[in-house]
Amino acid sequence: MIPRTLRRQTPRTGVDWFLTVLRVAALTVVALGLLAFIAQEIDRDNPFARWANPDATGLTGEQFWGLIVSGVSQGAMYGLIALGYSMVYGVLGFINFAHGEVFMVGAMTGMIASNKLADAGMWESNFVGSLVLIVVVSVIVCSLTAVIMERVAYRPLRGQPRLIPLITSIGVSFFIQNASIVLLGPAAKAYPDVPDWVKTKHTFLQIEGSKILVILVAAASMACLWYVVERTKSGRAMRAVAEDAEIAELMGIDVNRTIVKVFALGGAMAGMAGILWGILFRSVIHSTGFLPGIKAFSAAVVGGIGHLGGAMTGGLTIGVAESVGPLVILEPLGVSGVSQLRDAVAFAVLIGVLLLRPSGIFGERLPAEDRT
Amino acid sequence: MDKSAYPHNPRQKRRLLAIAIALLAAFSLLATSCGNDDDAPEATEAPQATEEPTAPEPTEPMDDPRGDALGDGSLGIVEVEEGDAIQIRSLQAITGDVAFFGLPIDRAAYLAVDDYGPVNGFDVDLGTSLDDLCGNDGGQAAAQIVVADEDVIGVLGTSCSGAAVAAAPLITDAGMVMISGGNTSPALTSDLAGTAGPNHVRGYYRTAHNDLYQGAAMAKFVFGELGFSTAAAIHDGDPYTQGLAQAFADSFEAEGGTITGFSAVNKDDTDMVPVLTEIAAGAPQALFFPIFQPAGDFIADQAPGVSGLEDTVLLAADGVLNDNYLALPQTTGMYFSGPDQRFGQNVNQSTGRSADELTAAYEERHGEVPSSAFWAHGYDAATILLDAIAAASWVEDGSLMIDRQGVRDYLYALRDYRGIIGTLNCDDFGDCGSSKITVVQNIGGEENVQDSLNNVVFSYEP
Repeated sequence: MIPRTLRRQTPRTGVDWFLTVLRVAALTVVALGLLAFIAQEIDRDNPFARWANPDATGLTGEQFWGLIVSGVSQGAMYGLIALGYSMVYGVLGFINFAHGEVFMVGAMTGMIASNKLADAGMWESNFVGSLVLIVVVSVIVCSLTAVIMERVAYRPLRGQPRLIPLITSIGVSFFIQNASIVLLGPAAKAYPDVPDWVKTKHTFLQIEGSKILVILVAAASMACLWYVVERTKSGRAMRAVAEDAEIAELMGIDVNRTIVKVFALGGAMAGMAGILWGILFRSVIHSTGFLPGIKAFSAAVVGGIGHLGGAMTGGLTIGVAESVGPLVILEPLGVSGVSQLRDAVAFAVLIGVLLLRPSGIFGERLPAEDRT
Repeated sequence: MDKSAYPHNPRQKRRLLAIAIALLAAFSLLATSCGNDDDAPEATEAPQATEEPTAPEPTEPMDDPRGDALGDGSLGIVEVEEGDAIQIRSLQAITGDVAFFGLPIDRAAYLAVDDYGPVNGFDVDLGTSLDDLCGNDGGQAAAQIVVADEDVIGVLGTSCSGAAVAAAPLITDAGMVMISGGNTSPALTSDLAGTAGPNHVRGYYRTAHNDLYQGAAMAKFVFGELGFSTAAAIHDGDPYTQGLAQAFADSFEAEGGTITGFSAVNKDDTDMVPVLTEIAAGAPQALFFPIFQPAGDFIADQAPGVSGLEDTVLLAADGVLNDNYLALPQTTGMYFSGPDQRFGQNVNQSTGRSADELTAAYEERHGEVPSSAFWAHGYDAATILLDAIAAASWVEDGSLMIDRQGVRDYLYALRDYRGIIGTLNCDDFGDCGSSKITVVQNIGGEENVQDSLNNVVFSYEP
């Protein structure tokens, strides 16, 4: 940490000034959009509400709540995927870009298993039991996929510059996508229909059953992961390897086995997220993992890469921002086609957080030698 | 500058001068010989399939082997040697989510070529089907492959309007014609009032309807039959979806209704709650989303859960009018616009085959019924192309000569052609299709798909 007195003495460069202007501009746009939206909600004929967008109509409370719930459930899935990115980065220091494809494998496995169960009649007669079963199958398949990926593609590159496994992970990502096309075909695959209580809104907080399920399962998964990492011997080993692999090895920790466990745990979280995706959207395709994977990676960075709570917080931040941002900030400012800008909003959040807090929400400020 | 680079010795100067003159002479000889090759090919040289950049030299009327073949040669003449086949190509969406739409058009083209038989004694070769990937990039890449072969006369395709926007300029610039059985965007032809669409090119034709008709049909149905005065539309930025959504919005307002929302999604979006919330702000009675799968699945699934859209009637178009989409539980009760599929006993005048016979032949060859009604448009597109080639070709010294301009002339002049889809008439912008549009309502259930397709609740013909 640089002492405050020293920081004051550091001369500000042109880049510093530029970044300051950028930060102020970004905050101003967000503040203006929010104020215009609030003005709309108070009175639709308010001149400030129609200052930039004369056609602005605002949202009802129920519609706004719907956006929040949608964003939270989507963000919970991003968070679950982001945990895998964050954990692998924590122990190996590189970004496993193929992790999004592990998530897709989970969703595909769930689709195959659920359709088999539907054919056998169990999906309709015992939905909860079937759900537990497909979660178990998906978690096992995804953990195995992640472990095989580590053994085949990343372990041989251990000790190489970080760029090399990073590029390899992009190759692995393409390989898994194409393998899915070859094995299952290029068309979208549907999950079987879910019971009515999953589809309909419940009087409790006016949320659909599927979204309640997603939020609860994501919270439970996060709690389990936290317990494993913070309270078990294996978790302690993971933290030790993340801190310093060489010293951890000298202390008697089997580093290879620990890294395998990290990949397996990350894969399990991705498998869980895959099933939740299937329940929420009931459709999966070979490219399903790409965009959520990129957004989950962004979530891990927003939360502070390497920090488990940060990954979930980042996921929720991006999920809610991309759901609410277009209608609450951009539309009142008169931006057209706002619904097509949700991806742009998600990545704008990433840029915005990095501008204001380069190490992420929960990230620690790294010393210069680690940053390089 | 280094003066030593210049020769001072007179002997050196003379030698340089001699070399320069020799080079000049060599270049002159080379240029002369090249010119001779262009102007006067040897009489004994085997004829090649070539395109003539200019109109052919007039010949003695008594010896004119052209007969009454159409064309003036201005786009070149393709020569098909004896024993070779006439080259045409099929460029459709044969993989991915939209394959249900493109594959039947592609398969119908092969069926038509087989039914039609030889053209002026020469076999027709469709080659290997090319994939337009239902997008701009796919269309462009496939078109580049097609135009690399100068012997190709025409292309049957594309399936998707987005692909045609990129493919049509390349293909027609090469003198070929392009006949689509699937494109419906007004941008590719005209506004039906005499103004060319922004992506219109000469040499492009289609047997599929213009979406201005489909938009008008859906608007009249919603306003007149359902009695709704407010509606909204969603597209995905593709020329087909955007054009149709806009055509619906314009027609609905012309009928006297109000469009409360007009928005767009990304093709790979899954969470539709934000866009549906935007639409719900206007509380429309009907929501028209003429987009493809899988985005169409998500809109139908999530719309009833969005506050303000619980009772909104959902409407879609021929982009999702397929078995897979109709079998989805969330699409039960939805309305779909599309071409009139009641082909019944319509007979194609070139092959003499009826719609029922062709459906049976298709099923026998591919083990399934066509997954989209556009197979019929694909069949008619192929037969009018073959008729056009027949009308613009003649046999000369055992080879078949095909006038590219003649092929275009035939198609632009096409009137009262009896096809599987009905009567075809081509206008100056390439719109040749029958404009009969129907609206069907999905009864629901996988077992009722065929009944749903026949469940016509509204018909429109301008």
